[in-house]
This record gives sequence, structure tokens and C-alpha cells, in this order.
Amino acid sequence: MSQNINRQQVEKVAHLSRLDLTEQELELFSGQLSAIVEYIQKLNELKTDDVEPLAHCLPIHNVFRQDTVRPSLNVEKALENAPDRVDDFFKVPQILEESGA
Amino acid sequence: MLEGLNAIQLRENIRSGKIQSRQAAEYALKRIEKLNPSIGAYLNVFADKAMEQARAIDAKVAAGKPVGLLAGVPIAVKDNICYTEGTTTCGSKILANFRPPYNAHVVEKLLAADAVILGKTNLDEFAMGSSTENSGLQKTVNPWDKSRVPGGSSGGSAAAMAAGLCFAALGSDTGGSIRQPASFCGIVGLKPTYGRVSRYGLVAYGSSLDQIGPLTTCVEDAAMMLQVIAGHDQRDSTSVDNQTAPVTDYLSQVEKPIDGLKIAIVPELIDKAEASVRNAVRAALELYKKLGATLVEVQMPHFDYSIAAYYVIATAEASSNLARYDGCHYGYRSPNAHDYIEVYSKSRAEGFGAEVKRRIMLGTFALSSGYYDAYYLKALKVRNLIRRDFTNAFAKADCLMMPVAPSTAFKFGEKMDDPLQMYLADVYTLAVNLTGVPGISIPCGFDDKKLPIGLQIISPAFSEDKLLRIGRMFESKTDYHNQRPTLQG
Amino acid sequence: MAAKVDYKLIVGLEIHVHLATKSKMFCGCELVYGGSPNSRVCPVCLGMPGSLPVMNKQAYEFAVLTATALNCQIARLTKWDRKNYYYPDLPKNYQITQYDLPLSHDGFIEIPLEDGTIKRIGIIRAHLEEDAGKNTHEMGNFSAVDLNRAGAPLLEIVTAPDLNSPAEVRLMAQELQRIVRYLGVSEADMQKGHMRFEPNVNLHIYKEGQTYKTPICEIKNLNSFRAIERSVTYEVQRQLEEFLETGKTMQMGNKRTYGWDDVHQVTVLQREKEESHDYRYFPEPDLVPVELNDIWLEQIKSRLGELPLQKQQRFIGQYGLSHYDAAVLTADKATAQYFEAVVQAGADAKRACNLITQTGQKLANQNNTTVDKLGISPQNMAKLAQMTDKGQISTSAAAQIMAAIVGKDTNPEQIAKAENLLQTSDAGAIEALVNQVLAENADAVKEIVSKGKKAQKAVGFLMGQIIQKSKGQANPKIVSEILNRKLAQLPGQS
Repeated sequence: MSQNINRQQVEKVAHLSRLDLTEQELELFSGQLSAIVEYIQKLNELKTDDVEPLAHCLPIHNVFRQDTVRPSLNVEKALENAPDRVDDFFKVPQILEESGA
Repeated sequence: MLEGLNAIQLRENIRSGKIQSRQAAEYALKRIEKLNPSIGAYLNVFADKAMEQARAIDAKVAAGKPVGLLAGVPIAVKDNICYTEGTTTCGSKILANFRPPYNAHVVEKLLAADAVILGKTNLDEFAMGSSTENSGLQKTVNPWDKSRVPGGSSGGSAAAMAAGLCFAALGSDTGGSIRQPASFCGIVGLKPTYGRVSRYGLVAYGSSLDQIGPLTTCVEDAAMMLQVIAGHDQRDSTSVDNQTAPVTDYLSQVEKPIDGLKIAIVPELIDKAEASVRNAVRAALELYKKLGATLVEVQMPHFDYSIAAYYVIATAEASSNLARYDGCHYGYRSPNAHDYIEVYSKSRAEGFGAEVKRRIMLGTFALSSGYYDAYYLKALKVRNLIRRDFTNAFAKADCLMMPVAPSTAFKFGEKMDDPLQMYLADVYTLAVNLTGVPGISIPCGFDDKKLPIGLQIISPAFSEDKLLRIGRMFESKTDYHNQRPTLQG
Repeated sequence: MAAKVDYKLIVGLEIHVHLATKSKMFCGCELVYGGSPNSRVCPVCLGMPGSLPVMNKQAYEFAVLTATALNCQIARLTKWDRKNYYYPDLPKNYQITQYDLPLSHDGFIEIPLEDGTIKRIGIIRAHLEEDAGKNTHEMGNFSAVDLNRAGAPLLEIVTAPDLNSPAEVRLMAQELQRIVRYLGVSEADMQKGHMRFEPNVNLHIYKEGQTYKTPICEIKNLNSFRAIERSVTYEVQRQLEEFLETGKTMQMGNKRTYGWDDVHQVTVLQREKEESHDYRYFPEPDLVPVELNDIWLEQIKSRLGELPLQKQQRFIGQYGLSHYDAAVLTADKATAQYFEAVVQAGADAKRACNLITQTGQKLANQNNTTVDKLGISPQNMAKLAQMTDKGQISTSAAAQIMAAIVGKDTNPEQIAKAENLLQTSDAGAIEALVNQVLAENADAVKEIVSKGKKAQKAVGFLMGQIIQKSKGQANPKIVSEILNRKLAQLPGQS
């Protein structure tokens, strides 16, 4: 486990998070995140080889809904908060490449 | 006449016709008008809508129709809970103009119980913070001392409650965000068991940790509020069903003390707090002993690791939960964006505050390729170890008691330069969210500056009925919860 | 053209099947094809703040049913994960999918090849996920996003790289379509986007005792089975040429994505190097795991029914049909069931097959439906078959009658009588006519007997005369038999 997070990693993570940070922010956050990540190394003090990860606190399984149709939103409501629209579509600047999936 | 009434008393008076709901609403709205400018608790007040709701309830009462558990009680709701009235901003520029097309489950419950919703309260942006200083929209002060923070992230709700700008309030708690501001503001704050209250309509921060809960002036009111909002919701897959954990009548039981109460304590943990807090908590434990309780010393060797585990798990979930704020379908879009990538990266960079950005990046880092095992997976394992500590403690006692925070309300700006320092102050509350058990903060004293101190009581999953009774035991013998800050006007 | 090089084609297929549930995977919005934009959305599938997913039980059961048909191990405990990436058609900017504990894995599918043999293709896994919305680029220099499809349930199936020819890839795709349609879990109409196929293609090239593996290329944007086969064929050539030119081989992370251009019939590079997407998978905190017990699994399995290949092979054995005929009849379940009903009602299997697959199919196409829905009961179809077999009507008359009873289900005997289509196979009556015609046409007879130049034509002429005399009712086969017999008996014929 790396002891720290360096400036390069912070830039990479900012890109992965789609955050266009200023130079000052990158400087500031690099230092702060570095200190936090260093603190988190504390977790290494604990031996966890035989421990199961706990993702859910609740002891429940099998929560479903029946396959029944429920009313959808009126299209005006659906688009009410859209920053930009064209007809009944959400409008975004042109996507130049194919889907990320 | 209205001053000094708690929510239950108000409801009873409204039900019986002695007081009109519109009087209560007017009273609250007037206080808000006078005091909110200097306290900043509310982001948005719905005067007209609230009066409309109040009048409708009065009409019901006059017609002899049955009214709900919260009949006419004016309530404040934290602004990360969706309400179709006005905006739901989450204290963020990125949602400053967002109008949800639907109500949160808890809002539906409040309205069905005939509550009056006064407005939405301020919070740390997206509930990330412990002082409400991270709000991107407004500053909220502690009514006890305006140079100090009200706590966070439900600082707005706590301040509103402490200043009498509502009769009850809702907040949310992911790492202490109800309990800590309750402690700083001298009121009661309850975080229910994870799954007790539906999260549908609560803007997600840490999905496996978030819960909505009440902030009130007394335990009885907290019991009533929980009664109203608890229960299964089929729109939330993590909402527990009524067979696994039925909702009991919290209010009717709350006056019954627990005979032979066993209280688990971890002395080293209490010692970590500053003197005034230590003393107040220890004095509270003495009072419990006088009431017949026994103290049991337990070890919780993994408790100390909860900060590290929390800040990995919560931020990992947050980094994913907040990915949707991208300027495409709702929310702020940067006017400086020239292509679709910039729509994302500039909108988010301009719309989010510093703390939110930090947590998103931390979470992204913890989940990223090459780091997942060492951080996220490791944290989930440590979470399991922390839960074992709680299970062991509850095998020996009915509840756990400890401080809520290491100090009383700190001054503005005191911890803003060092995020890690801010995180370390969450030491007492985080583990409770990690394990999902319920916790309550009740007023148990003041420091020499007359700043409130809270006692935290923690009990096993879905034992809120007991938790409230234990809290009431102390409250019924003390007067701390009746103290109010002196406010101009 | 490059020098002849020895190679093996390796293809694995990734398939996305739209499940035919009424509502979406995690919310109650209706699934409709071609609704007006953003008319089937709600806070959940719009990814609005505070919204939460709830699993569609039917989608899960459809998925388990399909995985069972694909002979997979069905996970008794399965969970959901988030796949994080940013795209405007993905409202939450993460997709709810299954990563490390998929609902099924390690199965196989048997596909019938054109030569009648069966090939087994491994299935690595099949899991559930939600679909994204749609981006339209045609409206201008911006993208228009419609989220009607966002949240639709998808079953993702990943095969092992066991396919070794473009035809096999197409056949695999077709067989999968057949299976999911039989199970009723998907309409599987490629044109409507119900099934998406992405072949992952590379070559093992053998040169001077060494084996070279070309980089894997994933092909997207295939809208028909023909496109699947052609794109793989094209890729083979392209990869061969590229290798001979550059010598590039498969490395970690140099998998590329190509789009199929159906207009120019070529694959076009879409991404040079997969900007190795870091999807940051982690368990979905808003959904709880699914535990499948024995009872529930048995319930689901009981809906399996006879699978298409099973039925196809049974038809060959039970009805003595050819591989080809059995394949055609079992192409869809309803037709196959109809066929069996017709045979049950007394028709000869081969005759029923012909009627159904030839005239029946033609009429079905004309009426934009399937044979079983032409409104002709199995009883009446069987009658038609029997009448043809007995020689009561000619095959062309049968076709005519079938067309006439579409939607009406009239007894074919009635139509045959009314339209004067009954033919007689009564040898005696026909012989009398033959004799008559022979007597009346001495010149023609002479031509035939003397084996003159126009002998063939004369035979045809006589045939025509006889049929005419019978008012079209004589069974031509019988006429021909008797005529030729009589001609052979004439003096002068050797």
C-alpha cells in the first residue's frame, strides 16, 4: 500500500472524478490528501486476512418489486431541471467518441 | 403561551382546539423573520405554503375529523431531503436551483401526519462536514454563541431547533451529523438504526451509512417523530421490512425506565475528550448509577480505527453518488464549457466546494485500480472488526455511553485549514454509522462558557424503544434540555 | 493480395439481450419501443438526487431461466455492483451491474452447424445489468439524450473464444436468438435493438514454426446477422494484412474497438488504445444480495420447456425430417407447435412440413404474421395435407385453397369443390379419356410412334388434351402414367 498520494496521482484522480481543478487547488489538495491518506495507513496495523468484508449492515436478502408498470413523470417535469434542452431531449455539446462502456 | 411548549404539548393543544395550527405557524414564522437573518438556520422558508397547511389542519380539527400524530406542528427539514416545495439544494451551488419532482418518503410521512413544513435548513454541502462551514450557500451560527459553529452537517436544523425557530426538525446522519450538532446546540438528536427510516428522497452521501432522524428539544418529541417517520418503504431496498423489525409504539413506552440497566463504557475513550466534556459525561454516568444502573467496563480495541475506515468507505460511496452532478440532466452547468467533457469537469469544479472535491477525490482514489484492495476492501474488513466490538459490548450491557464530541462548539475557521483535524473530531460518532446501530445525543451539561455538552447513548440494532427510554431516564431527572440560549428578541 | 498464410480465427461473442419485462430493471417505468423521448422516465431511472433502485423480480427469473438453458452454474448468492464511468446517456454516471458474483457462470451452448453437426461453445458467464439511454447525434452539432431506455433490463452473456469461422459466429447468434425467443424472455428483434452482438476477434497466425496472436478487436454497431458474418470476414482479412505489414501482436491493453460501417462494408477503428477504463467496481450499497434457494430454482427451471435444438433433433428422429426441414420448422416455437398439431390431426409429417414451410410461410409473410396465426386450424391444415397425399388435389391447388381459407378456416373440401379443384385419380375414368384422345389425334400419335422430331411436343399436346377433356380434374401424374403406358403398347414402339 502506498504511503502517500503524490501530485501526479492527485491529477489522475481529479481527471477520473471529472474535476477541472485550478493550479492552486491541485497544490492545496495534494498536501491535504497526502496527509489524510497517510493517516489512513493506520488500517494496516490490523490483521484482516481471515475477516470478511462488511459491505451491508443489514441482514436482509431478496428485496424485489413485482413487474408492474407504474406511472412515469410527465415529460415537462422530467426536463424541468435540464440545464439545456432541444424539443423533448436533454441537450449536451456533441459527444465525439463512442460510449465509455 | 406557545413559548415553552414542546412538540407533543403543542400537538395536544391543537388537537383539542386550544391552540390553532395557524397560530403556531405564525409564531414560528415571526421568530424566523426576526432571528433567522442573524442565525442563518433556514435556506428557504415557505411562509405561504406553511400557512396553507396550517389552515387545512385547523379546518380538519374544527370539523371534528381525526388528525395525525404531528397535527399542526411546525417542522424544519434539512435541505438534502427532497420536498416538492421550493428547491432542494443540499447546501451546494451545483443544486442551487434544483426542484425535485417528488417528495422524500419522510416528507410524505410528515405531511400525512398533518405536520406543517416551515422550510429547509442549511447544511454542510452534501452533508459532508462537521460544522456547517462547508455550506456553499450560507453561514449558520450556533445560537449559544454566534462566533461558534452549530456543528454539522445538520447545523441548520440544530440551530433552528435551539433558537426556537421550529418545534421539531429533521436532519441526516452519516458519521454523526445529527448527534454532533445536537450536542453543540444543546438539543436531542437521534440517529435511528440503518434501515429503520427510508432513504428514498434523501440525497445520498454514504449510502451504507446515511439515516434520517429527528432533532428535538426533548426525548419524548424524538420518540414521536421517530414513530411518524420509521417503517418499511418499498422504494428503498435497504429499508427493513415490518417482519424483521416492526415499528413499536416508541412514545407510549418512553416514560418507563429500564430496571437493572447495564451501561457499557470504554474509559480510555471518555478520557480522549476535553475536561468539560469528560466531567459532564462522568457526572451523567454517576446519575445513572443513582437511578440503579451499573457500569460495565468493556474493551473496543478497533474503535480507534473507525475514522480511517469511515473516511475510506463514506468517501468511496460518495465519489460514486456524486458522479451524477454533471450539468447534463439537472443542476448547474458551467457557462465556460465548450465540449461535453468540459460540461462535466468545469460544472463540477465550479459547482462543488473544496470539502466535497476532497472527499470525491479521496473516494475515487480508494476505489481506483491498484488501490481497491488496500483501501476499500481493507476498510470493509475493519468495519467488520468494529462491528464485532459492538456485538461484544452489547453482550455485556444494554447500551454504550460516551461523549458525542471531544469538545464543545469550536470557533469558526478553527478547523478549516486542516481537514484531517476536522475528521479526527468525529471519533465518537463514526463507528455507530459503520455498524448501523442507533445512537442518540441528549443534553448533559455545559462548559464554563455555557456551551452545551451532549451525552451519547448507543444501543443494539432496532432497539430504539429502549434507547429512548434510557435517554428519558436521565432527562426526567435533569434540566439541561430545558435551557435555551438567550437571543435578541 | 498477401501471400497465403496459415491461421486460425478465434472469436468470442459478447451479447446483450433486452429482457421482455413490462417495466424497467429498477423502477416501474414502462418499456415501450419507440415512445416519444423522455416520456418513460422517473426519478429513479433519471438518476435524480435521492432516488433508489429496487430489483425487478421477473427480470431476475428470466435471467436465471436463460442461464439454465445455457447450462450454466446458477449462483445461490448473487450481488450487484456499480461500474463507474461518465457518459450523458448514463444518468447516474454509473451502471448497476454484476461484477464478481454474477448470477451464473460456466455453461455451454450447442449450435447446429450447416452441415448438420453440432458444435459446443463455452459460456463464461451471464449476468444482469441496466441499459443506458440513447444519444442522437443527427440533430446538429450537439447530442440529444433520450432516457426512455435507461434502466431497461439487460442480460449480458459472454462466450468463450470457441468460435472459429464467420459462419459459426452468425450461427451462434441465431441460435441464441432462437433460444431466448423460445423461452419467452426476449423478443430478440435485432432491428429494434433487443439483441446486441459484439464479436471479439483475433487470429492465431502460424509462420515458420511460430504462432503469432494478433491484437483482439471488438466489433460494435452490428444490426443484422449478415452484418455479423460479414464484419468478422472483413476483420480476418484486415488483421492478416495488418500483421503482415506491422507484425503487431496481442499485448496487455492493446485491445481495440471497431465499428461496422454497413454502407461501406468495412470496420472502422474507434479507439486507438483503450484508455484503460478504470471502472472502480464496488458493491452496490443500495441493493441487497439475492439468495436463491432450491425451491425457487426448481420453480424457475420448471418453466424451461423443450429447447429449440432438442426439438429440432427430436423432429428429425420422430418425424423423419431432414436436418434442413427440422431447422426451418423449429425456427420459432409457435410454428413448431403448430406443425406438431397438424401431424397430430392426421397429416403426414413431410407433407405437413412442405405445406407449412412453403405456401404457409409465404402467406404468413404476406399477412405479416406467423403460420400458426393465419387462422387455419391444425385440423384443416391436416385435411389439406391428406387431400394432397390422396391425389384429390394437386399441390398447386392446395396452395390456392390455403390462400383462400386464411382467416376463415373453411373446410378445404368445401373450397376444392366450389373452385372445381378436385382432381380424379380414378384410373378407369382417366384411361377412358386417354383412349378417347388417342383416337381423336391420330397425327400426334403417328408422330410419337415414328419418333419424329416433334414427338416430345406431341406427347405434351396429348397430355394437354386429356387434362382439358377432364375439365382440369385429372391427376396429371396418373394421366402421364397411363398415357405413356398406352403409347408404349402401340405397334411400332419398341
